[in-house]
Amino acid sequence: MNMSYEEYGKLVKKCSPNSPIFKTVPLSFLVGGTICAIGEAFRLWFVSLNMSKEHSGIWVSVILIFATALLTGLGVFHKIAKIGGAGTFVPITGFANSVVSPALEFQTEGFILGVSSKMFIIAGPVIVYGTIASIGSGIVFYIIELFGGNI
Amino acid sequence: MNKARGVIFFEDPPSIVGFAAVAGDMEASGPLKGKFDKVFEGDMDGEKSFEKAESKMQLCAAKKAIEKANLKFEDIDIAFAGDLLNQCIGTNYGLRELEIPFAGVYGACSTMAESISLASVFVASGFIDRAIAVTSSHFCASERQFRFPLEYGGQRPLTAQWTATAAGSVVLSGKVEGNIKVKAVCIGKIVDYQIKDMNNMGAAMAPAAVNTLVKFFKHTGTYPQDYDMILTGDLGQVGSTILSELMDREGYPLKGKHSDCGLLLFERERQDVHSGGSGCGCSAAVLCADVLDRLNCGKLKTVLFIATGALMSPTANQQGESIPGVAHLVFLEGSE
Repeated sequence: MNMSYEEYGKLVKKCSPNSPIFKTVPLSFLVGGTICAIGEAFRLWFVSLNMSKEHSGIWVSVILIFATALLTGLGVFHKIAKIGGAGTFVPITGFANSVVSPALEFQTEGFILGVSSKMFIIAGPVIVYGTIASIGSGIVFYIIELFGGNI
Repeated sequence: MNKARGVIFFEDPPSIVGFAAVAGDMEASGPLKGKFDKVFEGDMDGEKSFEKAESKMQLCAAKKAIEKANLKFEDIDIAFAGDLLNQCIGTNYGLRELEIPFAGVYGACSTMAESISLASVFVASGFIDRAIAVTSSHFCASERQFRFPLEYGGQRPLTAQWTATAAGSVVLSGKVEGNIKVKAVCIGKIVDYQIKDMNNMGAAMAPAAVNTLVKFFKHTGTYPQDYDMILTGDLGQVGSTILSELMDREGYPLKGKHSDCGLLLFERERQDVHSGGSGCGCSAAVLCADVLDRLNCGKLKTVLFIATGALMSPTANQQGESIPGVAHLVFLEGSE
């Protein structure tokens, strides 16, 4: 085959269909927006029950995580995610699904080497870099406050 | 330098005396509905893991082919078999109880053509009488090893392919005359055009298919039009388009002669498999459920079966390596 890698790469690109973004982007907006609206509805309800702002936010996260875990276990979540794309992936639902799905699948390898050790194969990096980023931002806040700044 | 390294024509071509294909229920509800020797229900068919289900499938395919050849396990002198899983566990545990001398094969999705090639050469050598070639793949077992858990909510790009849950098996004999003969085999070399996208295997494999086909055509002085069918393993829609374009450039246009197992096994749109089926069970099952049948009853006379393998490793891929491809060819001829 008398063809350079670059030339072949161009041919591959020409022959490979792109994601239909005119369909996927609005869908992810709709699904993601719906998830966030549900969360907001719960938050307003909690606030109306005289729950503090901080607590109501935490309870919304708990509810969304629980719902995702349940739907993942029932085999429904990945079907919603297929339509929703980034809409289900970006909110806390995506994170919950990425922990629950390997935990379910690796049951066959047992609770130690399977479920608990494989649970974070996808979410692990998010936790590691999330923690590092929060430490970093904590230090920045500390320094700003040290010099009299107010956040 | 001998330009035809890897091409072997048999003076005394071995015959295919038995063949069988089994598949999961999704595969069995596609265009080849009703052609499988057994259909497995659900992801596990009553087993405790996907891997065990794959082993069960492979064992079943092997047993059925031996049975259809009117032979017993003891009559088979050697088994060449493989699958996609690490350490080929689908095969090792699947064929364990048969107690047939066993040589494991790994050629990714090219495994069926590779194991038929090896079995043919062994039989044609005269050192043994009968050999069996078995290959399987399982969607769930492959996904968890190569990609993501089943319930993980991700979107598959349109270039991605669907690993078939299927197995195929062929019994070859040097003594008994069968309707289908293996006239020649052509072992391909590793071809790497620097594709790194794990979701575009067709693009990674197409150059290997071109390399092996052109080598075979040059050696034999033939053209695609001289055969009834050129059947690639699992290039899918993307890989098939690339193959067609590249073969035109090489001066061997495929023009209506080309079929791809990945496109024959599934209805792409309805079954939502994006670019098509893949996995070594895909080409094995399509060959054994459909094409060999058509050769056997005279509907097809000459077929070039060229199974393509993307030698993809998640480890190598994470280290920045590209995906090498390989393709092996089996020249099948049916009787008049």
